[in-house]
Amino acid sequence: MKHYDVVCPFCGCLCDDLEITVENNRIIGVDNGCTLGNAKFMGKERLSSPIRRNGDGWETISYEEAVGYTVDMLLEADRPLLYGWSGTHGEAQCTGVHMCELVGGIIDSTTSVCHGPSILAIQEVGHPGCTLGRVKNRADVVIYWGCNPLEAHPRHMSRYTTYADGYFLDNAFRERKVIVVDVRKTETARVADEFVRIKPGGDYAVLSALRAIVRGKGDMVPASVAGVSRSQLERMVAMCKDAKFGAVFFGLGLTMTKGKYKNIRNAIELVDELSRHTKFTITPMRGHWNVYGSNEVFTWMTGYPYAIDFCRGIAFYNPGETSAIDILARKECDACLIVGSDPGAHFPRGCAEHLADIPVVVIDPVPTMTTAFANVQIPVAVSGIDAEGTAYRMDGVPIRVKKVIEPTLPSDSEVLGDIFARMKEATGYD
Amino acid sequence: MTELLIRNACVIDPINDICGEIMDIAVRDGKIVESVGSGAEVIDANGNLTMPGGVESHTHICGTKVNFGRYMSPEDMRAGRTARRGHMHATSGYSVPTTYGTSYRYSAMGYTTALEGAMAPLEARHTHEEFAYTPLQDMMANTLFDGNWPVMQAIHEGDHKRVAAIVGWTLAAVKGFAIKLTNPGGTEAWGWGKDVSSIRDPVPHFEVTPAEIISAMIEANEMLNLPHSVHLHCNCLGKPGNYETTLETFDLVPNAHDKRQSLYATHVQFHAYGGSSWRDICSRSEEICRSINSKPQIVMDMGQVMFGKTTTMTADGPMEFNLYRLYHNKWSNHDVELETGSGIIPVHYSRKNLVNSIMWAIGLELALLTDNPWQCILATDNPNGAPFVKYPEIIALLMSKRYRNEVFATVHPGTEHNVPLAALDRELTWNDIAIMTRAAPAKALGLVDVGKGHLGEGADADIAIYPIDITTTDPANAPQDVIRAFAQTDYTIKRGRVVCCRGTCTVDGENTTIWVKPQISENHSMEDDPEFNLNFDRYYTVRKRNYPVQEEYLHRNLCIETEAKL
Repeated sequence: MKHYDVVCPFCGCLCDDLEITVENNRIIGVDNGCTLGNAKFMGKERLSSPIRRNGDGWETISYEEAVGYTVDMLLEADRPLLYGWSGTHGEAQCTGVHMCELVGGIIDSTTSVCHGPSILAIQEVGHPGCTLGRVKNRADVVIYWGCNPLEAHPRHMSRYTTYADGYFLDNAFRERKVIVVDVRKTETARVADEFVRIKPGGDYAVLSALRAIVRGKGDMVPASVAGVSRSQLERMVAMCKDAKFGAVFFGLGLTMTKGKYKNIRNAIELVDELSRHTKFTITPMRGHWNVYGSNEVFTWMTGYPYAIDFCRGIAFYNPGETSAIDILARKECDACLIVGSDPGAHFPRGCAEHLADIPVVVIDPVPTMTTAFANVQIPVAVSGIDAEGTAYRMDGVPIRVKKVIEPTLPSDSEVLGDIFARMKEATGYD
Repeated sequence: MTELLIRNACVIDPINDICGEIMDIAVRDGKIVESVGSGAEVIDANGNLTMPGGVESHTHICGTKVNFGRYMSPEDMRAGRTARRGHMHATSGYSVPTTYGTSYRYSAMGYTTALEGAMAPLEARHTHEEFAYTPLQDMMANTLFDGNWPVMQAIHEGDHKRVAAIVGWTLAAVKGFAIKLTNPGGTEAWGWGKDVSSIRDPVPHFEVTPAEIISAMIEANEMLNLPHSVHLHCNCLGKPGNYETTLETFDLVPNAHDKRQSLYATHVQFHAYGGSSWRDICSRSEEICRSINSKPQIVMDMGQVMFGKTTTMTADGPMEFNLYRLYHNKWSNHDVELETGSGIIPVHYSRKNLVNSIMWAIGLELALLTDNPWQCILATDNPNGAPFVKYPEIIALLMSKRYRNEVFATVHPGTEHNVPLAALDRELTWNDIAIMTRAAPAKALGLVDVGKGHLGEGADADIAIYPIDITTTDPANAPQDVIRAFAQTDYTIKRGRVVCCRGTCTVDGENTTIWVKPQISENHSMEDDPEFNLNFDRYYTVRKRNYPVQEEYLHRNLCIETEAKL
């Protein structure tokens, strides 16, 4: 049996044109997907039942026991952290917020180690953006800055930019100019019309130089800025000003390098400046398929996109204090529920060490690096493969991910719903 | 079966011509009935003012742009926060509260139904997700068509049936309620960083004018037999001299419906400016109201501005960029492919600023100069003119000349030379206020027949009891009592049960989403239209199959099925 227009739950592109072939409730073929998406659909390494650490090994336990363990862990904790959320659907994220509010914990998503700085910049200066179709149909200049879509978001260029058909472009591929700014010649840089190679840590200076040139103050710019010649910067500005519609996409090469959120602020202000000459937009290349959904859900429910602390009853937000890394690094956190993410693979050593010292429950379909710190892992159906729910694309477009095979395990929202129901019962909250 | 009896209520129910009668209201299973048994729960209204639940016919509280207003504004979130308590979740936000915050505050003010003013069809799922977390108001969504490519193409081809067919398909697909046009044509031009400058200025590439879009959509609206009329945010919002565009627009409107208006003109305050620049801007409320008074086919809402901090958010992307260039604080923009745009900036309306003071005066003038209160609804375009929590103050300003004078004395001294407000002596009555906050919006939205905005037998038992005795209170001389009363009900009753008592919400709540599904004949259906489908999958970045909002998002809902003349 073939399922058409399936949504891929891998990256923030949320491609929704995959064709999945299923036989005997097993996926046997994926068409239209990229290698990353295909691997997820074809993945076989799932856990089949909850497991609990037992000395140096693991024992299989029932869902009932696993849910009971999680409820006790959260209710007994003084400073619980509910972390992850980018690899699950919105309905599960909503339950997570309610759980966190009930226990007065901290809820944070992978945002805080990813595009968190982008959000801080947006909170200072705003965000001139658009949906990806606006870019696809109009953009004649596309800038990729500090990101490598050909390898990290493999279909971004073919669906939304360089290689996509555009209503207002006769021959989109030839008419669109691609500028890549990076510290090394990536695969994406190889297909660029203009590759701007900057020295590591030089993004802020280069952005400032570009802004100066756009404002007609190019004479203040030195002959070379972070390894980039003034003439190349001037050429880049000319391309931008001549564009009918320019679109900037940026990744962790900008958010997580020297300057962090100030880099993003500078990039947004460059777009703001260019908007006085022509149409320009900017979009973060969000990684996890539903990391933006976690920001959306947390925002409408708590007022803040990530790093929310309920310990005083109200929702309190102060990234750097209330973000996952910080709460772990300070060893404040005394229990952790991790849903749909793998901090074991990404967090600093000190945080991982603290996770090893405290009770940790992981809700995830597959064993990950984080499993190494877990006391209990509860496997679930994979959202977008055997569970349905809402996801938000990198540009904010909400899409419902589908179910192509019948689940043999409960979904994230079912498991979290059980946990929350038992927590409410135990605390007399109706 | 659950029964409730409200005793000793001083009822104002304009739709049923009840004005200040002391009576009992009987409720069974969520509906108003003639009488109930002796076992019914009893609430004593103590002779206090009792009205149908408030109906908000234009507010921005759920969806992509609203949430972006929260996302980009932690300073606003900090400005209004409450902890979890009983049935109430934690809330954040002042001008753009979290969904729970919005729902609780509206409920405390007696509002039980609200229309989200602008939903981009492509992002409708988001709006519906937030509806589910706005539990104490029945919700519906204006659906944006101002820059819709297939619609503009059909208008260009002169095929108005196709326009209606596309609109009908889209409304049903995204579970929308009504047609919204925000700066028609302008949001498409903004895709190139441009705008339209009048209703005769063609949209780049599509070669249709805003006037053609407005006229075709009014026609389509009536072909589809929709409960509400076209809901229009006129072109040229916020520009000095824009009243001429507004008047020209009003002149386009036929009298196409016998039970309601043919055009709902929203936040008209922002469209009633004379002058040619910020230096000579002045009120043109008199010209606007002269037009409204002669055109029963138009209903407007005030778009009142109140002093203080708020956040502006609209699908009108170019307008927000212009505003940003005045304020220089922070600016977000979010264009939506093939459909519309949007922008957000925080603002501070200052009484020391002449333009802001003129804006404040114009909103009030519109309400005072409109002869028929059914044609002027009380609203701030929340949060654009002010957060909705300012409604009680607006009511007091409209009911008391003395209070208006007191506030007028504090605004920019140049204001009086530019506005007629000081010369207006009218003081609105309790009945006028009841019309402007529930009866007229319910009628304008076409919701009277489904039981909103009145307390007749069979109506939804959505009731607000305000702590004020109107037989002993003179609103002209007791504005503070009026403000206090309208800020917090004694009881807000929704679907027959108390949902909010003196500011405390008493249930988790579950709202109803009201949406429309026009029945369109097969040969006009967009389901299998080859051209529509081909262009859809070619130019949208979401497949047509994945575009409609699934039933899972509706929860409790009321689908109004209409017979389209197609």
